[in-house]
Amino acid sequence: MNGFPSSTYFSAPPDWGWLIVLYFFFGGLAGGTYFLAALIDFFGHPEDRPLARLGYYISFPCIIISALLLTFDLYRPLRFWHMLIESNTYQPLFKPWSPMSLGSWSLLIFGIFSFLSFLGALAEGDRIRWSAARGLHGPGVLAKVIAFIGGIFGFYVAGYTGVLLAVTNRPVWSDTSLLGMLFLVSAASISAALMILLAERSRWTMPGLAALHRMDIWVIVLEFIVLIAVMFSLGPVFRAWLNLWGLLLFVVIIFGMLLPIALNWRRDWLGNHNVTATALLILAGGFLLRLVIVFSSEGI
Amino acid sequence: MAEPMGFYTDTTVCIGCKACEVACKEWNQLPSTNGGVNTLSGDSYDNTRQLDGIHWRHVKFIEQFTENRQDGRWLLMSDVCKHCVHAACLEVCPTGAIVRTEFDTVVIQSDACNGCRDCIAACPFGVIDINPASGTAQKCTLCYDRLQSGMEPACSKACPTDSIQFGTIRELRGRAEKRVEQLHQAGEKRAYLYGADEKMLGGLNSFYLLVDKPEVYGLPPDPKMPSRNLTSGSWFSALGAVLVGLIGVINFRNRGARLAAEEERR
Repeated sequence: MNGFPSSTYFSAPPDWGWLIVLYFFFGGLAGGTYFLAALIDFFGHPEDRPLARLGYYISFPCIIISALLLTFDLYRPLRFWHMLIESNTYQPLFKPWSPMSLGSWSLLIFGIFSFLSFLGALAEGDRIRWSAARGLHGPGVLAKVIAFIGGIFGFYVAGYTGVLLAVTNRPVWSDTSLLGMLFLVSAASISAALMILLAERSRWTMPGLAALHRMDIWVIVLEFIVLIAVMFSLGPVFRAWLNLWGLLLFVVIIFGMLLPIALNWRRDWLGNHNVTATALLILAGGFLLRLVIVFSSEGI
Repeated sequence: MAEPMGFYTDTTVCIGCKACEVACKEWNQLPSTNGGVNTLSGDSYDNTRQLDGIHWRHVKFIEQFTENRQDGRWLLMSDVCKHCVHAACLEVCPTGAIVRTEFDTVVIQSDACNGCRDCIAACPFGVIDINPASGTAQKCTLCYDRLQSGMEPACSKACPTDSIQFGTIRELRGRAEKRVEQLHQAGEKRAYLYGADEKMLGGLNSFYLLVDKPEVYGLPPDPKMPSRNLTSGSWFSALGAVLVGLIGVINFRNRGARLAAEEERR
């Protein structure tokens, strides 16, 4: 093809930069922490409840930050509502085949569920005195329904961003179908890492923490496998990573994936700092992964 | 709906005068580049460089010369939005700002666009960009306002060699096929039509007569719809969610089972 590895090389970059990278990161954290909190609510023990509450405490601020980042990334931020409402008819606008349209609605719906669970967690943790909010988190049916639906939307918010990139015509992004899966798995790993990090700093010792840590390592292994699959699926477009971006991706693999796995295997390496170091490495790796994927295509 | 209208661009008769660029800028009141301060690209006579939010027409200058420059040819092509029958930009636009008109052309409504730039990433031809004056995505409208008044688009009207021809797609296709035949008979066997039939994105309402590979003109040989990845991407994401969910359930359940066993032992 005259030196072009794919037909996608004739498209123009959309100028999605730092705000979008940050959105992908915070959106991943928002969806991932909610999903993990819901998982702990459903399968954890009563003593793990503070850990679940921590997930809801992280999720809601992160989704607010995400919405702000997305809004400020628009060239016309005051028209943010055009994503949901048709501006000339004032009718709701929903295009299920457009990931950005579907994602905008999901952000709104997830934001509502995240807010409800956030309120419930605050009430249960005695941080607000509002008895009505207590039913929004805990063992009740309403709380379970909220956590179940919110968890599904949370995972959607965490993963749709990768599908959005794939549903373009840009090099790298649209040359693989696996970015949604990669972002979703990565969202789970960075979310677990952040929850572990904050729990460790508070010196929590509930048994669910060990399960979360173990789960995170498994998820990192899965993320590593998916990233390798992404590289193979790119075919000749992989050469887009034979540069500094590729080097940075190599750093992500070594320090953000393999080193955390190794630290879990040899827990004596860093002593008391082992868990904290692992979590920090996973978080930095998750951020850099998104950075490489966004900017390596933007540069073509 | 009126009959589909569009452009047929015969690149073999383009002389690179850029009258189309000037006419487009003038009619659509597009701002000048860099506040009117001209900088030379160093790339042949092409100082427009690309299609973007303020350049809705772009004459490409492709020099094909031997190293000693004793033999060679110029390829000239006036590029523009393709007004695809299956338009990638229209498909992904989340605001409904991009619409199909009664002339089967694709138009961005500036008052509805919020500058999300999804259309820029979706267009396989790299046609769309932000117009810094409006802060919205913009591209050729195929002079929708002129069409509504029964007029011809500014660029084709200004083209002195009829390289850019405007008309109904049916009529243009017939004309283009005859021209290819004529060129083949004259010995120019490389002539072919790019985007004239339905195979390429359902048909391009702005199609071209070319005499070299599409890549040489900066055109994708095999443009695709962005939605080709939607189903597979969604299923893979769902698979990821299931796997992460299973990992979570296994780890939390295992821990629960172990705790229960420990309690029983005590």
